[in-house]
Amino acid sequence: MAQRDRPLSPFLHYRWQYTNTLSILHRITGVLLGAGFFLLVYWLAAVAAGAERHAEAVARLGSPSFQVVLFGILLSFCYHLLNGVRHLFFDAGVGFERATAKASGRAVAIAAVILGVVLWFVLGASLGGAA
Amino acid sequence: MSLRSPLGRVLGLGSAKSGSSHWYGQRVSAVALTLLGAWFAVSLATLGSFEHARVVGWLSSPLQSVLAALLVITAAWHAALGLQVVVEDYVAAKGTRVVVLLAIRFALIVAAVTGVLAVLRIAFGVAA
Repeated sequence: MAQRDRPLSPFLHYRWQYTNTLSILHRITGVLLGAGFFLLVYWLAAVAAGAERHAEAVARLGSPSFQVVLFGILLSFCYHLLNGVRHLFFDAGVGFERATAKASGRAVAIAAVILGVVLWFVLGASLGGAA
Repeated sequence: MSLRSPLGRVLGLGSAKSGSSHWYGQRVSAVALTLLGAWFAVSLATLGSFEHARVVGWLSSPLQSVLAALLVITAAWHAALGLQVVVEDYVAAKGTRVVVLLAIRFALIVAAVTGVLAVLRIAFGVAA
């Protein structure tokens, strides 16, 4: 009977809630941005290597499979940036109240998707469609 | 009464022997990246086209090349700190962990040097 009340490891009884999702998303998007960093360097190196190499790189990054990757990285960029600012406020001790944290989390997730999609279309327009 | 030595208390490095430098560096680079990231996103969005001449024209101005180099350095630094935490949390085997941490750090340093060199070449007009 007493056994029932024994504390369990947090790992065994933590309920899945929005905080877990937002937190793990911050990590996943961070890792994706790490991959995106290598693409940024690839692009900069191509710019430095001259017009021909740059055209090749832009064509490669414009291929459908890379477009999916780049869209994922753009969404990650928006989420990680916005949620990162949210975490900086947490570090300063601001916004820890349950309702506030929940509202800011929701706002960050929604804003990230909107910002990502808007930026994607703006960038697509400046790319001139295909490339 | 504390059992810590006065020297240990003054140095403030704790059991990890690195104090709060990792935590602090992650935040410093984060603040810098909010600004550099916003600059980069706005720059790309207003670039108009990804023609080579246009990109070079943008990146070869002194201010823009300084910001681009800072973005590369700061992003590599932030990624090194962040990926280190992820690896330390999820890779349990010590041998694998050390190898992965070293591989990530080396790859990021190579990429950062490559990126900065590329920005310098663009800035000094080596590219044709």
